[in-house]
Amino acid sequence: MLSVCDAYVTFNPGTPLAVPALRGVDLDIKEGEFVTVIGTNGAGKSTLLSAVAGDVRLDSGGIYIDGHDVTGRPTEQRAGMIGRVFQEPRAGTCSSLTVEENLALAASRGGRRGLRSALGRGRKKRELAEQLSRLGMGLEGRLGALAGTLSGGQRQALSLLMATLLPMKILILDEHTAALDPGAAATVLELSAEIAGEQKLTALMVTHSMRNSLDFGTRTIMMNAGRILLDIHGEERKGYDVPDLLNLFKKTTGSEVEDDQLILA
Amino acid sequence: MSALALSGAIEAGLLFSLVALGVYLSFRVLNFPDLTVDGSFPLGAAATAVAIVHGINPFVATAIGTVAGCCAGFVSAYLNVRFKILNLLAGILTMVALYSINLRVMGRPNISLYGEETIFTPIANLIDLGLWTNSVILLVIAVAMKLLVDWFLGTQVGLAVRASGENPVMARAQSVDNGRMTIIGMTLSNGLVGLAGALFAQSQGVADVSLGIGTIVTGLAALIIGETLFGSIKVAWATLGCLVGAVLYRLFIAAALSAGFLGIQAQDLNLVTAVVVAVAVILSQARRNSRFRLWPWLRRQVTQPQPQKG
Repeated sequence: MLSVCDAYVTFNPGTPLAVPALRGVDLDIKEGEFVTVIGTNGAGKSTLLSAVAGDVRLDSGGIYIDGHDVTGRPTEQRAGMIGRVFQEPRAGTCSSLTVEENLALAASRGGRRGLRSALGRGRKKRELAEQLSRLGMGLEGRLGALAGTLSGGQRQALSLLMATLLPMKILILDEHTAALDPGAAATVLELSAEIAGEQKLTALMVTHSMRNSLDFGTRTIMMNAGRILLDIHGEERKGYDVPDLLNLFKKTTGSEVEDDQLILA
Repeated sequence: MSALALSGAIEAGLLFSLVALGVYLSFRVLNFPDLTVDGSFPLGAAATAVAIVHGINPFVATAIGTVAGCCAGFVSAYLNVRFKILNLLAGILTMVALYSINLRVMGRPNISLYGEETIFTPIANLIDLGLWTNSVILLVIAVAMKLLVDWFLGTQVGLAVRASGENPVMARAQSVDNGRMTIIGMTLSNGLVGLAGALFAQSQGVADVSLGIGTIVTGLAALIIGETLFGSIKVAWATLGCLVGAVLYRLFIAAALSAGFLGIQAQDLNLVTAVVVAVAVILSQARRNSRFRLWPWLRRQVTQPQPQKG
């Protein structure tokens, strides 16, 4: 479903501030796989996701979604194939648009937008309210509320619904619970897993928590210094616990995991 | 204030409400501080005046002025989107170029439409309301344009334009081509301004190369007055605010002029406008939400609210 081939990205190339962010990433994700991505700060997790989404252009290598070469395509031209939830709740929704308008915008993703009224009536409205009620965030009665008046958790849940409203090839979740308080984070994470499972979505989720990376999804990859360090899936993954990951990290890199948050979270 | 001055002020207010609608589209919806307006307003006036003098039907002539405005907006947007010229500079470049273009269009610094048939003449023959005929016609046009903008911003494209102006990153992730939305929005915005110029030339009976000076600031003043009254977030209220704000602003100016308030004379208008806008912007920056209320604002300055959690 998604192939990343020998991807290289360097930020500020040719300057003293040059930072190699991806250094030859190869990744093949099969249809229906839910991949969690973990790694220390600066490991290249977010860069990898941005490269898939199109916000970051590769210096070399290629990205293929469902057999289509999307390497050179700008974000908006791949967006029809990609559902995306950002880390920052404000980033994924439009504050000055209502909940319904945000959803309407997502409902025309990847299609041609015309001069038809964006908002549906009657049955369509009830359907939206029904989908919102499944989020369990009390949003079903707030179709007309401005997204700017929602709490962070509500906004992320709305973003998640927007991302998964239409059929798509890949769902990208970039630490989408990192900015939420623990309660809301847990709810949104459960919701993500539930929706992904129900719709059999192919997903790529960056998380800061080793615990979550093993508890959710079907495959875990660990990145370090712009490369994929570990790739655990199938039966093997079931036997893994957080200390195993830490040991593996130490064995492969020869250094300890220094990012406390990774261990504690 | 005499009835003549009053009707004149309302007429001018309604004309500028179209500018305010255009400025709302560019400054607010697209987040594009567009200065093209100072050029596209006289361009609309010039193109229409020349067409009318050449015997073209005034309705067609008005359409020509509107399309000319659209072209000006397109050029500014294209400079910004395609060549990455800073939006402010792109507008200024088009505006400066338009000064020369307007002189070329007219062939001289001004054209009088005295005695020519305008879109007001046939309607005035049908229903003659004396001094108020033009105001009534302009009111109908302004309300129609307000409804048109409301309708457009509620369509799928309109929603994409709004999202692209407010949150381009999110818009892109929803497959919105931000550059295209800028071009669409700017074209419409300056089309409205061109229409305002076209109607201005016909209601005032003259097109002049220098009548664009300060158009943008008047439009902004109207927009900001409207926002203070009706809020800026809901589209229908914001556009209503453009209409009311523009009329109120012209009434205020007319009152100040006729009362000899602070010794203000006609030549001080641009100064007054600039001061009004500066003060309004300073006040509106203090206001976090759609409606500015002095007391909650003062209270917020004392106790900073905690960000909402959950």
